[in-house]
Amino acid sequence: MAVNSVVIALVVSGVFFMAVSAIAMLRFPDFYTRSHAMGKADTLGLVLLMAGLGIYSWELSSLKLLFVMVFIMIANPTATHAIVKAALKSGLPIWTRKEAGSDGREGI
Amino acid sequence: MIQQPSTIVRTVVNLLVPFIQLFALYAIVHGHYGAGGGFQGGALLAVSIVLSRISNGAESLERFSSTRATVIAAGGMLLFGLVGIVPMFFGASFLDYEGLPLFWVHGAELRYLGILIIEVGIALAVFGTLVLIYDSLAGDKW
Repeated sequence: MAVNSVVIALVVSGVFFMAVSAIAMLRFPDFYTRSHAMGKADTLGLVLLMAGLGIYSWELSSLKLLFVMVFIMIANPTATHAIVKAALKSGLPIWTRKEAGSDGREGI
Repeated sequence: MIQQPSTIVRTVVNLLVPFIQLFALYAIVHGHYGAGGGFQGGALLAVSIVLSRISNGAESLERFSSTRATVIAAGGMLLFGLVGIVPMFFGASFLDYEGLPLFWVHGAELRYLGILIIEVGIALAVFGTLVLIYDSLAGDKW
């Protein structure tokens, strides 16, 4: 029972962070801000989900999930960093706050 | 040299490459029991080299040259072909592992060993070929 409560808490918070990053993908204005959301919220959401699943079925696959978690925590932010740096070097313009209505869009 | 990637990427890739290769060995050897096999293990080995090529540039080419990739790909094909053809000289059909001239193992164990040799051959061929594909796409402008 106590184990199930921990699993539910982990999975729900993981789904929360995944949902936050999905909303960020839709709401944020440009590539850099979106990558910023994906690099952090997605990593944390995935790790929390996998921790919940690993605790739920407590066997050898939990150890494998732990390895995958460590791999994601190292690789996901690095990949985001590499992609964003490549975009910056190739000259993708950075979004800046505009006056409301100048591009037909509300000032965010 | 096209452009030097950041220190973060190089450090993390150099940290991850040995673990990717270790997992590739696991995928090759564990192919009998679960997910994995020769092709997947070879692709993972190739990924480790391609990651090193992307982040380390010419330094990676010195450590693991295209010539060596060619030799490995050809060696893998040769291994596969030999395991296929050698049983034919001992009175069995093509790829009939029980005809392999390994006289100290018999029956199921011999078939098991034959499949393992085939998997290693496939892994080497896939590994060399994928690295070669990447090298031909990237060209000489390191």
